[in-house]
Amino acid sequence: MVPPRSAGQEFWAGVGALAPLLVGVAPFGMIYGVLALASGLSPTAALLMSSILFAGSAQFLFCQLVGAGAPVAVVVAEVGLLNLRHALYSAALAPHLAHLPRRWKLALAYLLTDEAFAAISRREAAGQSGPRQHWFYLGAGLALWGGWQLATAAGVLLGARLPAGWPLDFALPLTFIAIVVPLVRDRAMLLAAAVAGLIALTAAGLPFKLGLLAAALAGMAAGWWAVEKIR
Amino acid sequence: MSVWLTMVVCGLLTFALRLSFIAAEGRVIFPRWFRVVLPFVPVATLTALVAPDLLMPHGALWLSWSNARLMAGLVAIAIAAVTRSVLWTLLGGFAALALGSAAMG
Repeated sequence: MVPPRSAGQEFWAGVGALAPLLVGVAPFGMIYGVLALASGLSPTAALLMSSILFAGSAQFLFCQLVGAGAPVAVVVAEVGLLNLRHALYSAALAPHLAHLPRRWKLALAYLLTDEAFAAISRREAAGQSGPRQHWFYLGAGLALWGGWQLATAAGVLLGARLPAGWPLDFALPLTFIAIVVPLVRDRAMLLAAAVAGLIALTAAGLPFKLGLLAAALAGMAAGWWAVEKIR
Repeated sequence: MSVWLTMVVCGLLTFALRLSFIAAEGRVIFPRWFRVVLPFVPVATLTALVAPDLLMPHGALWLSWSNARLMAGLVAIAIAAVTRSVLWTLLGGFAALALGSAAMG
């Protein structure tokens, strides 16, 4: 057992656990900043979205959909789908935070991201959690938040200087390819991707960008079917 | 104006998802279908966005060697499979697009 650590030690341990992840997060945030401008968002909106939404892939999705003129309901439904996984993280953390006052719960919920959850889970797997571990969560969450804001701001500054003729919009599909391809590790994933892609093409003519929602749901259903019915 | 509205609604929804079970304080067991479907969400959502960008760059299906975005996308998929890096995928994809566009005139 590790002896109980002070709040400050826990906080900085959290910052330290998250810092290596910033190497991957920083370019991602910069690309987001550049792209947000390219898809027509104002610099203010691009910057504030990193605080209001604070979710990397959902911010990319938001830019793509808003740039394509999708209505509010479709954007909200797609962002909600993509962020469903946060409910899973929330459930995993809930027992550890149950004793805390409400302001802690609100703050840690706001800071709950893929990266912070990864840092927290790794620490729990290593058996290093202690009575002041909420300070560790806070350190990890704030480190990511700060890194994301800085990276986004750098991207917005850079994006404002890039020449207008560059096909910057192509960075969005390229970024999504870079996220999706490593996830396609088995045939169920491949089927989900193929079905989603095909439906997106055939349903592209639907009004309000509903084709995208239909394609996402069809892909998820195909994945579910492959897991539950094929084995 | 509607961009801001959309952003705020998306932000509130995301915060609600993050807070959900922390606020409920309970140990929760998710239904099986939910846990099965969840890993497929990013793949399905993002592929649905990419496919029309590559195959319908001008709004209609364009399956051709001269579709520079499609070719660059295929190059990017190969690079992503090998390197698993966002940065290399971006660099390679843009390089392929530039080469393809130059070749098509």
